Amino acid sequence: MIDINTKKIDMWSKIGSRATLGIAILEIEKNLKNLCVVTCDVSTSAGLDRFRRQKPDKYLDLGISEQNLIGVASGLSSEGFDVITTTFAPFQTLRCCEQIKVNLGYMKSKVIMVGLASGLVLGTLGYTHCSIEEVGVLRSIPNITIISPADSLEVVKALTASINHNQSVYIRLTGGAPIEKVYNDDYNFVIGKAVQILKGKDVSIFSSGALVSSCIKASKILEEQNISCSVTNFHTIKPIDENMIKEELKSKKLIITVEEHNTIGGLGSAVSEVSSKVSNSPKIISLGIKDTYSDGGSYNFLLKKHGLNVEGIVKSISEEIFKI
Amino acid sequence: MEVCKLEIDNLDDLRKLSKKMRKKILEMALYAGASSSHFGGALSSVDILATLFGKIMNFNKVNLKNPERDRFILSKGHGCLVYYSILNILNIIDDDELKTFEKDDSKLLGHPVKSQNIGIDFSTGSLGMGFSLAIGVAIALKKKKLNNKVFVLLGDGECNEGSIWEAALCAPNLKLNNLTVIIDNNKFQQTGSNKEIMNIHDLEKKWSSFNWITKKVDGHNHKEIFEALNLPDEQLPKAIICSTIKGKGFSFSENNNDWHHKIMTKDNYELALKELEND
Ligand SMILES: Cc1ncc(C[n+]2csc(CCOP(=O)(O)OP(=O)(O)O)c2C)c(N)n1
Repeated sequence: MIDINTKKIDMWSKIGSRATLGIAILEIEKNLKNLCVVTCDVSTSAGLDRFRRQKPDKYLDLGISEQNLIGVASGLSSEGFDVITTTFAPFQTLRCCEQIKVNLGYMKSKVIMVGLASGLVLGTLGYTHCSIEEVGVLRSIPNITIISPADSLEVVKALTASINHNQSVYIRLTGGAPIEKVYNDDYNFVIGKAVQILKGKDVSIFSSGALVSSCIKASKILEEQNISCSVTNFHTIKPIDENMIKEELKSKKLIITVEEHNTIGGLGSAVSEVSSKVSNSPKIISLGIKDTYSDGGSYNFLLKKHGLNVEGIVKSISEEIFKI
Repeated sequence: MEVCKLEIDNLDDLRKLSKKMRKKILEMALYAGASSSHFGGALSSVDILATLFGKIMNFNKVNLKNPERDRFILSKGHGCLVYYSILNILNIIDDDELKTFEKDDSKLLGHPVKSQNIGIDFSTGSLGMGFSLAIGVAIALKKKKLNNKVFVLLGDGECNEGSIWEAALCAPNLKLNNLTVIIDNNKFQQTGSNKEIMNIHDLEKKWSSFNWITKKVDGHNHKEIFEALNLPDEQLPKAIICSTIKGKGFSFSENNNDWHHKIMTKDNYELALKELEND
C-alpha cells in the first residue's frame, strides 16, 4: 500500500517512529475510504498534525478521554470503519484496559491501537509516562495481536499489515528520534513470523522494538570475543513465533531475551512459556526492567541503569556464557 | 460566617510571591534544556498557588510530617514547575536541587513523584487521577476527626476525563466540606483550545449542577482567589473556577499554546527576565 525506497527509509529513521506513524497514516488513507483515526488530545505527539488539517473527515479528537476512546473506536468498527486509535502508551492501554478487554477481546471489535513512546523514552517525565507493563497486560487478553516494531520502516510495515489483519492489533512504538535503522531495504513482514537478522552458533538473542539494533551491535562486539550470536527480531510478541523459538532452543547453548519492558509479562515470559513445553531447553536469561520503578532520567541513562544499553547486553551475555 | 478579606499589605506580598515563583519557573525551564518543560500550564497556576500556599494553607517546612497539616494535590501533574517553585520558596526544596529538574536520577521529574520529605504526597501526571485521591484523603481526615483541609488543582483539559466527573458526583454526596477543587481554566489543553479539542462549555454550571458550592474568579487576582478560598463553610465541597491565561506573565507565552511544552532558549529567558523586572 505504501511505496518504499531507501530515501524514505533514511528519512523515516531520522524522524523517529512517531512522526513516521503520521506519514504512514497519511499514505494509507488514500486507499481506505472508511478510515477513522481517533486520538485524545495528542495529535502532535503522534505526528498527526498534517493528517488533522488535511483529512478532517477521517480524524476525530475525543479530548482527554481514553476510556471513551476505546468504546467509540469499537462502535465505529462495528459499523465497518477501519479504526486507528493512538495516544501515549500507558493511556492507550492500561487506562482503558477493561474497555479493551470487553470490546476488542471479548467482542472482537477490530481496532488498531498505537501506543506512543512506550518503554523508557519518556524517562524524564517519570513512570506515569514510561510504559513497562502493557505488553504483559495485553498479552493476557485473548484476540489481540501485539507488535513492537524494531525501527521506523517496521512501523510502516506493521501498520499496513495490521489493516488487513483479522483481529485487533496493539502497535507498541519505542525509541526516540532519530531511531537506528535495523533494515536498510524493504523486506517481507508477516505478522507472527520472527525475522532472524544475524545467524550465530553459541547464543541466540531474541529482542523486539528499538533494542533490536542494540542487540545487533552487541553481537558484533561479542563476535570479537569469539562468542557467536544469532539475533532475531520478534516484532510480533503475540502470537509468538513458536517455530523460531523451538529451532533456536535446539541449536544454542544460551538464549537471551532483551526488551524494554518488565521482565514479567513481556517477550521473555512469552519465550519461557514456549520453552517450558520443550524438554532439554537451554538456559534462558531475560533482560529487561526487573520488576521495579526506578528513579527517572533520560532514555540513555535509564537504558544503562537497567542494563539494556549495548555494553549492558554484552556484559550480561559474556558473564552468562562463562557460567555454562 | 463572615467572608475573610485580604489586606492591601498581604496583597502586595502575594504579588511579590507570584513574581518570585515566575522567576523560579523560568530558571527551571532553562535548566531543563533540550528535554523541554510544561511551561504554559505552570504559569497559569502561579497566582493560584501563591495565594493558596502564601495565605491559606497550613503547610510549611516544619509541619510536613504533621498529620494535621493541610494537603495539596496537583492533579494536573504536568504543571509541576509551579509546584516545585513554591516548595523552593518555602525552603523545602533547595536551589541546588531545583537545578536537577528533569536530570538523570533527579527527584524533580517532569511530573511530581511522591516524596513525603518534600511534601509531595502523591505521584501525578496521568490526568484525572489526583482528584479521587483528594476525596480519599478528605474522607480519611473526617474519619480521623481532623480539621485540616484538602485542596486539589485540576486543568480544564483534564476535566475531559470521565474519572473527574465520577469524583465530582461523589464528593458532595459524601458532604466533604473539607475539600476544595480549584480549576485552572486557561481555555487550552495540549493540542489546541478547549473549544477546538473538546468544548467543556460552562464549567460553573456543570459544577454547581453536581452540587458543589461553585465560585468563578479571575485566577490572576489574588484578592478574588483568596476570598473564594475563604467562602464560609457549608456542608458541601467547593469548586473554584479560576479564569486564567495560559503562559501568564510573558509576552511570548501568554495565550500561545506552543508553550504547552517547549524548550526555553537563552533568548526567551533573557527577554522574560526583563519583562519580569519591568512588571
Ligand atoms: C491520562 C492522560 N492523558 C493524556 C495526557 C497527556 N497530556 C498531558 S498535559 C495534557 C493537556 C492537559 O490540559 P489541561 O488540563 O488543560 O492543562 P493545561 O492546559 O493547564 O496545561 C495532555 C493531553 C496525560 N498526561 N494523561
